[in-house]
Amino acid sequence: MFIPRAGTRGQAPLLIPHNRDSEETRPMDTAFFFIQLLNGLQYGLLLFLVACGLTLIFGIMGIINLAHGSFYMIGAYIAWSLASMTGNLALAILLGIPLTVLLGMLLEWLLFRYLYARDHLYQVLMTYGLILVFEELRSLVWGDDVHGVAVPALLAGSIPLTDNLSYPIYRLAISVICLVLAGGLYWLIQKTRLGMMIRAGSTNREMVQALGINIKLLYTLIFALGVALAAFAGMIAAPVSSVYPNMGAQVLIICFVVVVIGGIGSVWGALLASVLIGLTDTFGKVLLPEYAGVSTYLLMALVLLWRPEGLFKRI
Amino acid sequence: MRTKRAVLLPLVLLTLLLAVFPLVGETFYIQLLTKVMIMAIFAMSLDLLVGYTGLVSLGHAAFYGLAGYVLARVAPQYEPASLWTTLPLAMAACAAFALLTGLLVLRTSGVYFIMVTLAFAQMLFFVFHDTPIGGGSDGIYIYAKPLVKIGETTLLDLEDRSVFFWFVLGLMAVVYLFLRRVLDSNFGRALVGIKTNEHRLQALGFPTFRYKLASYMLSGTLAGLAGYLAAAQFGFVNPEILGWHTSGGVLMMVILGGMGSVHGAALGAFAFILLQEVLSNQSWFGAVAKHWQLAMGLFIIGVALLLPRGLMGLMGVAGYFTGKAKSVDE
Repeated sequence: MFIPRAGTRGQAPLLIPHNRDSEETRPMDTAFFFIQLLNGLQYGLLLFLVACGLTLIFGIMGIINLAHGSFYMIGAYIAWSLASMTGNLALAILLGIPLTVLLGMLLEWLLFRYLYARDHLYQVLMTYGLILVFEELRSLVWGDDVHGVAVPALLAGSIPLTDNLSYPIYRLAISVICLVLAGGLYWLIQKTRLGMMIRAGSTNREMVQALGINIKLLYTLIFALGVALAAFAGMIAAPVSSVYPNMGAQVLIICFVVVVIGGIGSVWGALLASVLIGLTDTFGKVLLPEYAGVSTYLLMALVLLWRPEGLFKRI
Repeated sequence: MRTKRAVLLPLVLLTLLLAVFPLVGETFYIQLLTKVMIMAIFAMSLDLLVGYTGLVSLGHAAFYGLAGYVLARVAPQYEPASLWTTLPLAMAACAAFALLTGLLVLRTSGVYFIMVTLAFAQMLFFVFHDTPIGGGSDGIYIYAKPLVKIGETTLLDLEDRSVFFWFVLGLMAVVYLFLRRVLDSNFGRALVGIKTNEHRLQALGFPTFRYKLASYMLSGTLAGLAGYLAAAQFGFVNPEILGWHTSGGVLMMVILGGMGSVHGAALGAFAFILLQEVLSNQSWFGAVAKHWQLAMGLFIIGVALLLPRGLMGLMGVAGYFTGKAKSVDE
């Protein structure tokens, strides 16, 4: 029998029998299917927060950032350490966000701005070096242990679905927060003056500069936005996935898959692709646990066969 | 693409120095240098792709690891396997994997190529990590080095450290000379043309996709050779060898050596591994050595920002001031 609890990435996979015989005696009932659907959505939306920063930074500034996964990890560790200091996750997140924005601005100002005109190769190299630095700093500052973060008391309960199945409120809250943020991004990019500059900057940076827009500041802001989004994803994911070393690498590679499927530079492509990947991964884990790791990459291969440039083009 | 005489002489001298090393060196250093030479083969194979064809792969560890796994799977559990069957099989597996993935990844270019190669290497990682075919996350042990026999006579006893060293040295030289031949041929010139301006080559009637695929397969197969040797040397394989840190490391070696010169990639491998050994040396750096990746990371960032042509670039600068060759390779 399966454990009536939502499975997550980074924890033990759901313990369900996966051989054909039991598959027939236990059809996937509606409530169970519904739970997996919610899990897939939640995982996908969380991925979106990380991937949209990655795709924005590439689409607008032309930078491929391997260290983006590290920001996710840094966010999770900041949330854990501030939450254990203050005893309140929401407060920890509120305090943590300005820190990550500052980190993003500092990195852009110190390192990334020297790479805009350079070949992707050097961007790969420098950001690979950054990963090593971040991982070692993490090990020096926070140690190498796995830490759990308590779910905020307000969102601690779960909603009963059937007699023995229920769904944790906190996971629903994650999905809602991510959806709200996606909406906010839509508003920012499509409706505001800053968004207009972002869209213009992604098509023709010289022209934008010639029109008197401070492109350097714009780049710093976008980079900081990307860092903060990835770190925020790590912060809200900390209670479900726990906090552990190298947690960024896995997220980063999956986000690359998301960006390749969605089309590089496309925020809406990233949204669609993350949800697609979230569902593929979750249902892959349930149906074929041994091959689940491969399923998302096969999806990417299919998309590449069909549309080598990804599903969407540009913002 | 012709090698200047000025480069040839030091290379020959270095090779001779390496060749006499097992006669005088300690076991630890013999093994370390063997590892370095294997990585040099690995780096040279990647340089064909990155430095000459202009395709930046962040998934080269896939071939390296795959060949190791083929050796581990094909070899009988406690007895040595025959080199004559396992090596061609491992390299053929890499060629086949390169063909399969190449047809997909070469549909993309630039930054897509980087991400997609990384993703496919990660896919292979999960295949060996999650399914029983590769022994899961623990990997597989290889208890004996492959046999090099004709009939009943043993040609080379690879269990002997020095013999294994010379064997790897010989293969490194062969790979180097082979790559030079390839790059001197019309095929090699076409690859450089693709790197410089692919549209132009297409306009000239070159089937560039097929050229790139051939380069990708050749590169993958040679990486397989390195992976096979590494698996034989270390005596085990685990999913980590397919991981992206392996791919990142080898890319670093290529850059460090300055892309687009085969011996540069080999020298980059020497520099990278030796630096790694120095930084993680506990008797020199004590407790700090545990965090050697911090220094390595800062070093990599420095190279990326300040040394676009790698260490060979530094030599080029030195040559410029002494009035000698402006660049080592044209």
